[in-house]
Amino acid sequence: MSEKVLEAIAINKYFFDPVKFQVLSDITFSIEKGTFVSIVGKSGCGKSTLLYILSTMDTDYEGQLFIDNQSLYNKTNAELSQVRNEKIGFVFQFHYLIEEFNVLRNVMLPGMKLGKFSEQEIEHRAIRHLETLGIQDQALKHPNQLSGGQKQRVAIARALINDPLIIMGDEPTGNLDKKNSDLVFDIFKELCQEKKQTLLVVTHDPDFSQRTDRIIEMQDGKILV
Amino acid sequence: MNIRLLFNIALTLLRARIRQSVVAAAGVTFGIAMFIALVSFMTGLNKMLDNLILNRTPHIRLYNEIKPSHNQPVELSSKNHNHQNFIHSIKPKDEGKEIYNSQKIIRAIKEDERVIDVAPKITTPVFFNTGTIEIAGIINGINVPVEEKLFSLSDNVTEGKIADLAIISNSIIIGKGIADKMMVNPGDVIQVTTAQGEQAKLKVTGIIQFGIAEIDDTQSYASLETVQKLQGKPASYITDIQVKLKDLKMAPATAKEYARLFEVDATDIQTANSQFETGSNVRSTISYSVGVTLLIVAGFGIYNILNMLIYEKMDSIAILKATGFSGKDVKLIFIFLSMIIGIAGGILGLILGYGLSLIISHIPFETQALPTIKTYPVNFNMIYYVIGITFALITTYIAGLFPARKASKVDPVIIIRGK
Ligand SMILES: Nc1ncnc2c1ncn2[C@@H]1O[C@H](COP(=O)(O)OP(=O)(O)O)[C@@H](O)[C@H]1O
Ligand SMILES: [Mg+2]
Repeated sequence: MSEKVLEAIAINKYFFDPVKFQVLSDITFSIEKGTFVSIVGKSGCGKSTLLYILSTMDTDYEGQLFIDNQSLYNKTNAELSQVRNEKIGFVFQFHYLIEEFNVLRNVMLPGMKLGKFSEQEIEHRAIRHLETLGIQDQALKHPNQLSGGQKQRVAIARALINDPLIIMGDEPTGNLDKKNSDLVFDIFKELCQEKKQTLLVVTHDPDFSQRTDRIIEMQDGKILV
Repeated sequence: MNIRLLFNIALTLLRARIRQSVVAAAGVTFGIAMFIALVSFMTGLNKMLDNLILNRTPHIRLYNEIKPSHNQPVELSSKNHNHQNFIHSIKPKDEGKEIYNSQKIIRAIKEDERVIDVAPKITTPVFFNTGTIEIAGIINGINVPVEEKLFSLSDNVTEGKIADLAIISNSIIIGKGIADKMMVNPGDVIQVTTAQGEQAKLKVTGIIQFGIAEIDDTQSYASLETVQKLQGKPASYITDIQVKLKDLKMAPATAKEYARLFEVDATDIQTANSQFETGSNVRSTISYSVGVTLLIVAGFGIYNILNMLIYEKMDSIAILKATGFSGKDVKLIFIFLSMIIGIAGGILGLILGYGLSLIISHIPFETQALPTIKTYPVNFNMIYYVIGITFALITTYIAGLFPARKASKVDPVIIIRGK
């Protein structure tokens, strides 16, 4: 039996604005180390909401969540920040790089925050990740000087900097053309196969999900079996 | 490590918004500079005015007042105690204004720990004669070096030297008003008539000017010996003993003590010039409140800019939080931001404030009251710079605190979902 990286048990979430309505009902599933999992479903079925909960950014839910076999219940915000920093790499649909920093600094920031390695070591690692992703020549540019595909690769490099337990993505290819989508998918696939990197990616691109190890399908806030 | 990282992030965010940051810092700079210039100038003025009056006035003056005799012989008899007594004809004895045992008193006071120094003085009314006219005036007989030490008379001597009084016998320094009326210049000889009718010729060695017509029209100075000779009195004859204390606040109590101890009359500076402190206090209060207001306005400037910055940087804040920076980290980043603005603006403010003070201290300022002062008085005191920077740091910290709190509470989910 392989080890569980993430486990969700009976997660329910409600929105109260404008009327009470249940976005997620009884979400229970787990993810094993080294698997590439995709979440699919119609727009509005609650995929993003679920991902924000799994990534510890949203704490307003019922149910239990374990990351690395640790319950997140009753953890303070500072402790959750620490968990995000150390164990989760995040890739958003809209790149979300910090405009004021150059590519290299953007990649290094979470590493600097963790403070496990020296600055030189972090820089060295950042450059290595940029190399793997084929954008080492962009290292000193600012985000606004990059194309969409390049930005998303920078975001992936940043997600990798602390060797996270799991990388989460919310439609990371949603904003990219076919060529760049494929490129990003290939990178994910490679990370999974070569580095045993666990990945959890929300997508509504069937092409993308078809090629992952496991598909979790959602409908109206529930997981379809 | 973490702090350094947060500080660097703050610096980077600041650099991206350099123009607004400079404006915010300029607000602080302006506030501090004005505060320092204003307070230095105002306290400089206060000091000058202190010099004008307080420093010219002895803290304690001992003298002999001519009083009605308290002990009427008729009351000495116990028989008459509870009666109304109509015989009280004993007039004050003519003791004159002389202080008895003056040398002993002076020596005793000089040994007092609380005292800076003691200056004996004789004041005597005279007439200055010019042609057929007699001008009423006063000659102050002084011990030149001690008087100079305590009251810096030379600041007001416009022509001649105060020290000449002690060197040239029968010399006098007269008030500008008298000199003008009599049309005399230093080097001339004038005639004076004392209250006892004796006449003498005195050589004018200088002119003194206080800028107060009443004083300049009547006062003149000569050495103790000259005045004693003029009045035919012995070398121990003195009418006033002037005392300066190390601590001015002790004056009323010490005056009472001396009056009792030496059996003379005594007044203290507080009683004589009670309205004076008020003026000084009002000036300081005004300058402090203007300075503080300016700094608070600067604080609002910082508050505004940080608020704006936070709205512009919502995405960056969200991403920092999503990648593991805590609310506290974000808060620190924005507090650093405002402190950098505050410190940079503050230090520039100190420099600018010093520059302004320097400029003020070079602006020509002529006053009749202080002939030796040629430019505006400025009090260059370190303490105002310390107060200025401290207050600026406190203001910027508070101005940064509220926006920083807001930033720390930004919910990354809302921002990321909002895209
Ligand atoms: N802050 C909110 N308040 C109320 N309803 C919300 C809020 N955020 C999302 N929703 C609703 O929750 C549902 C799920 O949204 P979301 O998780 O973004 O769906 P998906 O990512 O699958 O497209 C949608 O119907 C959406 O309108
Ligand atoms: Mg979504």
